[in-house]
Amino acid sequence: MAGAYYVPEQSKLPIAATLASSIMMIGAGIWVVDNGQGNVYTSGPTIFAAGLVAVLAVMYVWFSTVVKEHQAGMNNAQLQRSYVWGMGWFIFSEVMFFAAFFGALFYVRNFSIPWLGGEGEKGVTNMLWQGFEATWPLMQTPSQALEASTGIAAANTVRGPGEIIPWSGLPLINTILLLSSSVTVHFAHSALKAGNDKGMSRWLAATVILGFVFVGFQAEEYVLAYTELGLTLETGVYGATFFMLTGFHGLHVCIGAIMLSIMWLRHRKGHFQPKDHFGFEAASWYWHFVDVVWVGLFLFVYIL
Amino acid sequence: MSAVIDTHGHEDHGPKRGFMRWVTTTNHKDIGAMYLWFSLAMFFVGGLFALIIRSELFQPGLQIVEPEFFNQMTTMHGLIMVFGAVMPAFVGLANWLIPVMIGGPDMALPRLNNWSFWLLPFSFTILLSTMFMEGGGPNYGWTFYAPLSTSYAPPSVTFFIFAMHLMGVSSILGSINIIATIFNMRAPGMTLMKMPMFVWSWLITSYLLVAVIPVLAGVITMMLMDINFGTSFFDAAGGGDPVLFQHVFWFFGHPEVYIMILPAFGIVSHIIPAFARKPLFGYSSMVYATSSIAFLSFIVWAHHMFTVGIPLVGELFFMYATMLIAVPTGVKVFNWITTMFRGSMTFETPMLFALAFVVLFTIGGFSGLMLAIAPADFQYHDTYFVVAHFHYVLVPGAIFAIFAAMYYWLPKMTGNMYPEWLGKLHFWLSFVGMNLTFFPMHFIGLAGMPRRIPDYNMQFADFNMVASVGAFAFGFTQLLFLAIVIITIRGGKKAEAKSWEGAEGLEWSLPSPAPYHTFATPPEVK
Repeated sequence: MAGAYYVPEQSKLPIAATLASSIMMIGAGIWVVDNGQGNVYTSGPTIFAAGLVAVLAVMYVWFSTVVKEHQAGMNNAQLQRSYVWGMGWFIFSEVMFFAAFFGALFYVRNFSIPWLGGEGEKGVTNMLWQGFEATWPLMQTPSQALEASTGIAAANTVRGPGEIIPWSGLPLINTILLLSSSVTVHFAHSALKAGNDKGMSRWLAATVILGFVFVGFQAEEYVLAYTELGLTLETGVYGATFFMLTGFHGLHVCIGAIMLSIMWLRHRKGHFQPKDHFGFEAASWYWHFVDVVWVGLFLFVYIL
Repeated sequence: MSAVIDTHGHEDHGPKRGFMRWVTTTNHKDIGAMYLWFSLAMFFVGGLFALIIRSELFQPGLQIVEPEFFNQMTTMHGLIMVFGAVMPAFVGLANWLIPVMIGGPDMALPRLNNWSFWLLPFSFTILLSTMFMEGGGPNYGWTFYAPLSTSYAPPSVTFFIFAMHLMGVSSILGSINIIATIFNMRAPGMTLMKMPMFVWSWLITSYLLVAVIPVLAGVITMMLMDINFGTSFFDAAGGGDPVLFQHVFWFFGHPEVYIMILPAFGIVSHIIPAFARKPLFGYSSMVYATSSIAFLSFIVWAHHMFTVGIPLVGELFFMYATMLIAVPTGVKVFNWITTMFRGSMTFETPMLFALAFVVLFTIGGFSGLMLAIAPADFQYHDTYFVVAHFHYVLVPGAIFAIFAAMYYWLPKMTGNMYPEWLGKLHFWLSFVGMNLTFFPMHFIGLAGMPRRIPDYNMQFADFNMVASVGAFAFGFTQLLFLAIVIITIRGGKKAEAKSWEGAEGLEWSLPSPAPYHTFATPPEVK
């Protein structure tokens, strides 16, 4: 039956994954709700951490099972194609997740903020926010403008950011870093296909380093934003879109860099052949995806 | 290599017994069956909530439940029926049927498949548990519009969000698995344009799911941040917009309603040819019509928002785009009717449900066209007319198609024929009960009765009473369905391999019940 499609026997991995992810979500829920109610003696972080550790453990066991099965020759070409399809569509689903946030940014910039400022067909809303003028970046929120022009405080006044981050500093450096990392991961792939193990190892290491340096600069940017510029999550819709888009992107860079680090280790253990290395290819696809998202961010969040 | 040989060796003596078989299974038929049982359980839970709503609305005035609890009932009824009953039922049928229909050995990623299922009972446990939390469960409608679901929501909304995230993970993984299965596991010779319609409809549905469930994840994440971390996505005071919520939600929500009906189209396209004993009329036009409907579903979302204050150009665009959907849908209805034309028809239970589907779903489609007319929608919006519309497409649409599928394929699943007279009784009681419930809602809606309100004006009393009587008749009839399924599993007339005279497709080439593992060696399709 060599060549038959490998249908795994019964497995405890999925139920473990379910339990772990449910515990993590319940922990997160308890944590967030308790936090909102000012309850500092919350069990949330502990439960969340336990769930997270369990999720990581299950992922480790699950992926190593798949790797072992592959090395034992159980996976035929058809099963490999299933993984290819799976990874491709998983990345597409991630694209759509970012699309929701890019869509929100597009909508507030082009529709709702101009309307709040009295422009366009729905500009009548401006009568609720007298004195508000539509600008982007939104330095003065509608509630601040109302308070400034009429002395009436809104039910919940939201302060705009003090300053924003110019694109020409850290973000430009980060763009160069991330674009280079896409090139280096491509070089790694070419080296692997040519059977050049050393080249693969070095280029991949370079990619991972570039990725983590990017995350470091991003962290520095966040510290700067919070401590000096007065740009936080709570500074109106500019802060919200800025941090959610860059934050989820940064999280994905971390995930991608961890994936590539694991691929580096797997390569050192001799897991990859010039013609058989989908694990690495999947991680590199993910890396290119993260890179493309960054180009969108750099254009629409920082520059324009 | 040993595990490969093991797999082969196990295939003849079937699965292990006991509870752990179901927890650890990687078999698509086991997982499909679990999805279907889960869906039935949720159907009864959601139905219980519906009957609480109809009890309160039996008479004007407040008599049985508090308004606050009533709101939780309308919300949970919607959430449970959409995400817990209809979607898992179709995913269950997909799991059970797609591998055997395309001649594949199992789903492409069997362990992932098991994970997709088991996430559901856990996420729904979390969702249902919110009703026992401080401040109660979700009370903001199944569409959870901000700021009702953010500024004014009970604290349990955070658990609602995380439960929805888990469900979303389940849906995304499930649909990726279905895409991989359909593209990768077909038997040699099974070209795309030879695939059964149910497989086609699920391929397209999976694309919709992969594209929009992440958007749902995005919108609930924005809610989570607004509620707990001080962002202003949906708050105009900080430059956000509550209408932004509706745009993002309905960008998910409109494709979502097609996710709940496209597999039904596929099912009906199997059953009508089988009982008319004629091949499906216009197979390729059915494929293209389904694809067109899926494409259009992405550009019509704001027809849910005509009265919220969107620019005139937007209203016009979304009105015309919505009406365009009538064209491919009309193609499908035309093809079903033409399939029956001069056919040699018999009316077993699956066919009765399929016929009722064609007629009643079309009524729901027409009331949808009425709602699509933007100026007229200002009258209908948020009235019982909308409730009548979407229940006509979901109850005799999605749910009747699920019943039709269950009666049609139950002989293949269990090896036994269901008692035909009981099936017919189930159909007629459901048919009468369902129309009694939802038809009067058109009238009270046009007369102006708002939805999601526990009390109403005296003038609506008669029709509401009729609807409540119908709802109880329909609801209790479904216990009969449960009984029929159990009776059929336990015994009855043995089903032949080809259980229906006019049935076509690879699944009928297998013995009934189908063996635990099928098509380990792919069949040749000509």
